[in-house]
Amino acid sequence: MQEIPVFTARPIGYFKDAWRRFKRNKASVVASLIIGFLIAFSLFAPMFSPYTVSYQDDYYKFRYPRNKLFLSLGLDFWDGCAEKTLPEHTFYYYLSMGKETGRYAIKGEKYEKFDKEKGSYYQFRLDSYEEIGCVFLSLTNGEYERIQRYQDETGRQVLYPTTSPNLRPTIDGNPKLTLDANYWYQYKVVSGRDENGLPLKQKVLIPVFDDDGNFQNIYASYSGGDGYFSRMRVEGETPLYDYSIPNQTGVEVRVNYHEYYRFYHSYVLKDGIDEPNFLFGTTQAGKDVFTCLGSGARLSFFLAFTVSFVNLLVGGIYGAIEGYYGGNADLIMERVSDILSAVPFMIVITLLKMHMGDGSQLLALFIAFFLTGWISMAKRVRMQFYRFKNREYVLASRTLGAKDGRIMLKHVFPNAIGTIITGSVLSIPATIFSESSLSYLGIVNLNTGSVTSIGTLLANAQPYLTTYPYMILFPALFICLLMLSFNLFGNGLRDAFNPSLKGIE
Amino acid sequence: MFRYIVKRIALAFLSFFIIMTTCFFLVKMLPLVVNATLGQDAEIAEAQIVARGYRDPILVQYVAYIRRILFEWDWGVGVNMPEYVGQGVWGVFIEKLPPTVLINVYSTLFAVPIGILLGIYSALKKNGWQDHLVSTLVMVFVSVPSYVTAFLVQYILCFKLGWLPLTMGAGTEYFTWTTFRSMLPAVFSLSFGSIAGYARFTRAELTEVLTSDYLELAKAKGLTKSQCVVRHALRNAMTPIIPSIIAEFIAVMSGSLIIEKIFSVPGVGRLYLTAITSLDYDFFMMLSAFYTFIGLLAGIVVDISYGFIDPRIRVGKR
Repeated sequence: MQEIPVFTARPIGYFKDAWRRFKRNKASVVASLIIGFLIAFSLFAPMFSPYTVSYQDDYYKFRYPRNKLFLSLGLDFWDGCAEKTLPEHTFYYYLSMGKETGRYAIKGEKYEKFDKEKGSYYQFRLDSYEEIGCVFLSLTNGEYERIQRYQDETGRQVLYPTTSPNLRPTIDGNPKLTLDANYWYQYKVVSGRDENGLPLKQKVLIPVFDDDGNFQNIYASYSGGDGYFSRMRVEGETPLYDYSIPNQTGVEVRVNYHEYYRFYHSYVLKDGIDEPNFLFGTTQAGKDVFTCLGSGARLSFFLAFTVSFVNLLVGGIYGAIEGYYGGNADLIMERVSDILSAVPFMIVITLLKMHMGDGSQLLALFIAFFLTGWISMAKRVRMQFYRFKNREYVLASRTLGAKDGRIMLKHVFPNAIGTIITGSVLSIPATIFSESSLSYLGIVNLNTGSVTSIGTLLANAQPYLTTYPYMILFPALFICLLMLSFNLFGNGLRDAFNPSLKGIE
Repeated sequence: MFRYIVKRIALAFLSFFIIMTTCFFLVKMLPLVVNATLGQDAEIAEAQIVARGYRDPILVQYVAYIRRILFEWDWGVGVNMPEYVGQGVWGVFIEKLPPTVLINVYSTLFAVPIGILLGIYSALKKNGWQDHLVSTLVMVFVSVPSYVTAFLVQYILCFKLGWLPLTMGAGTEYFTWTTFRSMLPAVFSLSFGSIAGYARFTRAELTEVLTSDYLELAKAKGLTKSQCVVRHALRNAMTPIIPSIIAEFIAVMSGSLIIEKIFSVPGVGRLYLTAITSLDYDFFMMLSAFYTFIGLLAGIVVDISYGFIDPRIRVGKR
């Protein structure tokens, strides 16, 4: 009797084999990790960010990206500041903010002075979160009292003494100056010079210092009728100052905007925002780029994965029928897909959008991707079915009485799995690219109140490319990483599933 | 071969016809919005629309539309875009074509030689550091979306270094130095992706040919390496590359909407975008026909040129 040989090695299946090959491709493994990171970002960034897509703040627009880590390390990088070289009058304007409120617009109060023949110039890092300084606000009496209660509870000074209206600066009736709450100091009007020493058209304000070189305030002196009851008062306030000026609706007060923002979000709205801090900066509308990017990425991924899945399903079935049955069915079905594939995608989406209106643009986009997307999948599957349907083992199975459905599923389809998976993965970056292009061009507008798309972010940021390049940096970086890692990952998959194709693009 | 070509063209025309008919009916089913121009009576504007037959039943309009195109080459007139109201659609289109075509022709002229040379170089240095460098760069530029390249070009070349203007100059003098210079940023942005594509394609083809048996023979005969590559390998490697270049030359006509928008090129892409936003349907129909036509034409030319360039492929004889 012959002994049956025992196999000691474990059998290796198709997927295990592919996985072994895939692991060996370092670039693809790294790419898949990056993809995981990007997907995690899109899922969690909007979830953990205190801001929402609909959040916006009129004062905090065009703020620079600020990373708390770099800020606490004291690095001059990603700290929400911008390097500036400014003439004397603007320098003092920013210096005065820190002197009054202790919130330094000039980072760390570090600056370098350059004396040129026509005046002094200062180089410093301007903190874009503090450069707003103080603003005048019109409040109702209720809000006014609320701020004061907040001040007493937290010990944070929000309200600052209001300046006396007849001392507020004005040059040639320029209302911008009068409405600027940051002129709290005594000044003189001089003809200014820009940072190159050239005379400015407009006159400027230079502070008048006292004998010790300190700013001298122009606060409104105490009248007793300002309704201020808070214990918080400005340091060293010997004659008392007025904190508000009554107007028609309530009072006009002078607040430090940063502190007011904290008060408003933590005390009034209670929306989880404690401090303005925008990791990726803010847009021209004062939206948080980080949250918008996360939300846009989420939308892109959602769309791309759904489209890819549906195309796989429809294209797979269509291609299988075409390839397996051949003949007239194949001929007719091929004509249909030929015609469909000749329609430019741009036209499909435009027509759909025109017909479906502005309300359901995501659906229109989805249908457009589907209408043109499944064809390539069908072609791939058809080819594989053509190749394998007449192999001997298939014929053997048929002779044994297997039905068409069984042959297709059990014997032919597994041969197509590799190409199907590769095709689906590679279609994801293509879909995301098209989606972002279309929303960039404004052909589709996915930007509703609570959702936005990367293309919209890019389109909004593009006009500020030269002035605020950081606005475009993060969305562009995100999409580059995404495309690159998906392409590498897809190539790795293709090589793993089909080693004979390696090196052939 | 001849029969194959005829069949291919006939099928393409059938596709074109079906697509455009569907497109026409879909467009005509939309409500026709008419904005009276400044100082124009809304009733007069409406009367003009009626006189053009735009309120007739769709089938009647369809027959009239085809008849006008076939016999008078009349694609309709602009209705909603202020600057083109009452102008013939075809005339406006022809006027907008040069910048689009020029930018794309320049970028192809720029990209093809560089891309192919890079591809040849990295194929010859296969698995050397030069090859890895080129392959990595190719991967990056194939993946990075064209608009990101455009932003980079605009920011670095145009803004930081100030070498080139930020956007394309207006005006119709296309062959002056100033206009040419203002086209360059768009040309560069378009080129990077194409260079990478050509380099990758050439490298793949050439490496395959370089390992084939007949090249071993050529080497065994005593040919020098350059003789081998230029006379034997390159010729065969070029057979699939040349049709793709031809196809690209045709496809460039349709241009890139996004590049045209970023660099405000006064071309066809911009016309298409404004036609969509202002719902000017005659323009939309005409431009759709154009894009569809270009796409089909490129496909046909590729298939046919394969047959001409590579005698091994006898498509006609099945």
